[in-house]
Amino acid sequence: MLSALAPAWTSPTIDYHALAPEMILAGGIVLLVLLDLFVADAKKWILTPLASFIVLGAFIPVLTLALSDGGVRSLFDDRYMVDNFSLVMKGLFLLSGYVVILLTADHLREGDYYQGEYWFLLLTSLLGMVMMASSRDLVSIFVSLELLSIPAYMMAAWRKRDLRSNEAGIKYYLLGVFASALMLYGMSLLYGISGSTKLVEISKYLGTDLTSVRALAVFFIVVGFAFKVSAVPFHTWAPDTYQGAPTPVTAFLSVASKAAGFVALVTVIFVGFPGSHDVWQPVFWILSALTMTVGNVLALKQTNIVRMLAYSSVAQGGFILMPLAVAGIDGVANSALRAIVTYLLVYAATNLGVFAVVMVVARKTRSGEISSYGGLFSYAPGIATLMTMFMASLAGIPPFGGWFGKFAAFQSLVSAGTTWAYALAIIGGINSAVAFGYYGKILREMWMKPVPDGDTTPVTVYSSLSVALVITSVATLVLGTFPGIPLHFGDIAGLAGAFGK
Amino acid sequence: MLLNQFLMLGAVLFCIGVYGVIVRKNAVLVLMSIELILNSVNINLLAFSLRNGTPDGHTFALYVIAVAAAEVGVGLAMVLLMYRNRRSVGLDDLSEMKG
Repeated sequence: MLSALAPAWTSPTIDYHALAPEMILAGGIVLLVLLDLFVADAKKWILTPLASFIVLGAFIPVLTLALSDGGVRSLFDDRYMVDNFSLVMKGLFLLSGYVVILLTADHLREGDYYQGEYWFLLLTSLLGMVMMASSRDLVSIFVSLELLSIPAYMMAAWRKRDLRSNEAGIKYYLLGVFASALMLYGMSLLYGISGSTKLVEISKYLGTDLTSVRALAVFFIVVGFAFKVSAVPFHTWAPDTYQGAPTPVTAFLSVASKAAGFVALVTVIFVGFPGSHDVWQPVFWILSALTMTVGNVLALKQTNIVRMLAYSSVAQGGFILMPLAVAGIDGVANSALRAIVTYLLVYAATNLGVFAVVMVVARKTRSGEISSYGGLFSYAPGIATLMTMFMASLAGIPPFGGWFGKFAAFQSLVSAGTTWAYALAIIGGINSAVAFGYYGKILREMWMKPVPDGDTTPVTVYSSLSVALVITSVATLVLGTFPGIPLHFGDIAGLAGAFGK
Repeated sequence: MLLNQFLMLGAVLFCIGVYGVIVRKNAVLVLMSIELILNSVNINLLAFSLRNGTPDGHTFALYVIAVAAAEVGVGLAMVLLMYRNRRSVGLDDLSEMKG
């Protein structure tokens, strides 16, 4: 059958401008691997700036594409789209990747275990995320998901001799692979009933009338991505993986990898199954309510800062899922998409900043306990102020970014106006109040408690980490004080083909 | 065509795989169970591809096979690492972190 199709095949025209970010990343990855082989050990440091130049280099075509008024660029028979949504998310991935490189550079200065493959893995995972933002076909979504996940499994297990890092890697790997296997089964059913792997075609075949096999397919795919975004009850890997992995990797997983999961979820739901909202809306309602509540309650009793941040990131995921629970209602789709994009932008800036502060403090106190933050303000007022700002943003206090993300999410729920939407908004409201409990705990330690060991030598912040702190804190502050900016990104984040448009 | 029989085989393999992932306590056996799920996906894809008369399913199955090979490579490396550090591949032993 395949050979019969061969003569009809013509080479597709390729829009190289639209593919430029991916091609720069791919070329850079090859260059990094080759350089790592041939450069003498004493000169290996050049790989770090090179990796950051590659990421920033890939960001340039994203900017030129955003400025060029070419509309939606569609490649490979509409299976790969470069629209505003994908450009905003590509920008988010590349900038978070750059901040993670800065964090890692600082980590390496501390003499942590290093191999040149680290940059290769990080950039490969970034390439997968950048591709995910454009994928509009089951095959390319699957390949991008694996391209971003497989390197991440290895990065979580990066410290080979460390039992915790081993455990982090294995748990992440087993649950991640299991989730993608479930998702694939759903995809195979979907292909079977619709006869195509293209999301736009699938949405035509799925229509609105539901058979059990359609519901099963949609359910499996949603569950597969729920693992990726660590939604309760599929979150069990997240705290252990975040705690055991090296801190820069944790920052990468909790921000970029999670955002990639949401991008995939949004693409599949909005482009692929808009008509099946009877299946996915209740699933997202339950996932969102459970994720917020369980994440918050478990975060309250943590004593380790990274573990607390892991549960906080699970809970934040619940807020990002909120708009999806109403996205199928007429007229809400746009505001739901805007809320998700806004929340992801704000969350990325704030959470990366928190991890930068955690790294600064851990270097001095050599401890991951929340109690080690005691008296931080007395010897490191700048760092304590930044941490206060990030915590306030995560908790949703104006004028820092977080409040606007939450505002947009609640706004889309209220505009839906159904009883279920209001109920979810109330659960969300209670949860954002509960979250003050654990964010406040850190503030109390920093501002009111004495220094636990009496050691008040000032902390050292090296240049790469201070650049990361400046980027994240400025982004957090600007996104919160000028809500027009995230709103603008949310507004232009048009997803081509969403809801059959 | 015997579509139903192929889908049945796929569903049975899928269920055995999910059962294995949930109850097995040995990392290698969990890996094997995941492989069973991936192969049930391949059977489904090929059966549907023949019925639909489109080559998409064949292509998809090739990608699944290639990616599954990469996944197992990484997974076995991690299990090996775990065995080297702990002399065990029992998943119950992975309890460094709790809460």
